[in-house]
Amino acid sequence: MPALDMTLDELLEEFEHLPDWADRCDFLIDLGMELPKLDASEKVEANRVVGCQSSVWMVADEDRDGAEPRLNIRAESDSMFVSGLIAILLLLFDGKTPGEILESDPDALFERLDLQRHLSSQRRNGLKGMVLRIRSLAARAAMRTM
Amino acid sequence: MSATTRDQRREPEAGGDSFRRLDAEAVRRDFPIFAARSEDGRPLTFLDTGASAQKPQVVIDRESFCYSRSYANAYRGVYQLGAEVDDAIERTRESVRSLLNAASQEEIIFTAGTTASINLVAQGWGRKFLKPGDEILLSVLEHHANIVPWQMAAQATGAVIKWIPLTPDGRLDLSTLDQLLTRRTKIVAVTGMSNVLGTIPPVAELARAAHAVGAKILVDGAQSVPHAPVDVRADDIDFLTFSGHKLYGPTGVGVLYAKAELLDAMDPMFGGGHMIATVSTKSSTWATAPAKFEAGTLPIAQIIALEPAIEYVRSLGWDAIHSHEVELLGQTHERLSAIDGLRILGPAPQHKGAIVSFVMDGISAQDVAVLLDVRGVCVRHGHHCTMPLHEWLDVPASVRASFGVYNTLDDVERLAKGLESVRKRLSR
Repeated sequence: MPALDMTLDELLEEFEHLPDWADRCDFLIDLGMELPKLDASEKVEANRVVGCQSSVWMVADEDRDGAEPRLNIRAESDSMFVSGLIAILLLLFDGKTPGEILESDPDALFERLDLQRHLSSQRRNGLKGMVLRIRSLAARAAMRTM
Repeated sequence: MSATTRDQRREPEAGGDSFRRLDAEAVRRDFPIFAARSEDGRPLTFLDTGASAQKPQVVIDRESFCYSRSYANAYRGVYQLGAEVDDAIERTRESVRSLLNAASQEEIIFTAGTTASINLVAQGWGRKFLKPGDEILLSVLEHHANIVPWQMAAQATGAVIKWIPLTPDGRLDLSTLDQLLTRRTKIVAVTGMSNVLGTIPPVAELARAAHAVGAKILVDGAQSVPHAPVDVRADDIDFLTFSGHKLYGPTGVGVLYAKAELLDAMDPMFGGGHMIATVSTKSSTWATAPAKFEAGTLPIAQIIALEPAIEYVRSLGWDAIHSHEVELLGQTHERLSAIDGLRILGPAPQHKGAIVSFVMDGISAQDVAVLLDVRGVCVRHGHHCTMPLHEWLDVPASVRASFGVYNTLDDVERLAKGLESVRKRLSR
């Protein structure tokens, strides 16, 4: 079940209409504050995605009930701004099949939103690590179904 | 009077100003980026000088003049252009020598920066002279640049690293120094000013204590050199490092100061042109310092443009700079302490330089930085390359405001108002 009550297209529509960075920043922080939190017991080292500018925790499991397996992903950051960026990534990845995940392009999405510098490996806010971990989970899940 | 002899800042002499006060607005106008990047109603409030300083026009002009009017490689051409460049480089070398009160220009080595300088000592001196069981004494305040090279040297030589602990308010706890310093201690490497807490260790006292057990002292001057005068002879410092770009100078240039006899005994780190005396197919011999440690082509324009940076700071006057920073620091402490849930890290203002790091209850450091940025206030967030210190502080990340000569009380006010609005925005 998606964390956000909107589609990716709806988010893009709203975001791109915001006139300046201050408004976009505000929007992301609001998104981040609405992002469902992980359980305290889930915020352990094993679930931490390494980044030195803020902390990110991620929990992912496979839902094998449907015709195709899907990945349920939940994540949280102690930064509301990063949580907003996580909300966008979850729209891309949460509840999707491994194939859909491997085909999606978060870099292109972030570029379109002019947020690419927040996804770069230089940034070290954990987002790049999160994307890599999701992709590797999807790849493994994909291999199991082959 | 040298900042390295005290950890308490003195106040200006009683009975009126004995120095010309720093005119912060005039200083700000000397730095073109403020006009260029300020908007109506939103001035640029740059509070990250601790990471790198903005540049005054005189520095920008000198670097540009070099490339457009007076440039060639150094030490290689006898033609007029080459001679001009050689002279300009040596003028900077003399300016640095004078800044540090070093005994001779040959004790001033140009490097790529503080990190390169410390690596040079750890490799060129450390790897050569440290033996298994020898001790390297660092402090918990240290920046990674003054930790990792020593860890590498310890790994290579079998030496061990020990740590000076901190008092609860983030100063060096010297109560057990007698036990920490032993006959096996070979070097004490300590910051001249903490890049996070602003703490100013008593460097002269540490130098005396180190020498008493036969150890050397290295001072990481990256933060301290831009803020207060240094006297390497009065304090008997063996090694001192700093970076041009934090001293309102260009990036890509830094300094290692070391006593002549140490430079003579050390190995160079980089081999190549200019650092040799003779080269044959069998072996090579080295030049004497400073050439011995300046292999290849130097960052020529950057070295040349470092001289006006040094002269700019000296022309403002250390007393004026100090007085200005005391005022900014005091005002920042006062305004920030009044903000709900904000905790300033480190000691009280009288024990530190112009750096203020803090955490806000329930608010991540990243969010503080992002929201301040929207208001044109530039601060740094994270662990500031001091993971051991942040482990000691028991915080995952902090926000740091660090001041330079161009900061004003208006900057402090904008920081405070920004933080008040962050508090309101992110209250749960």
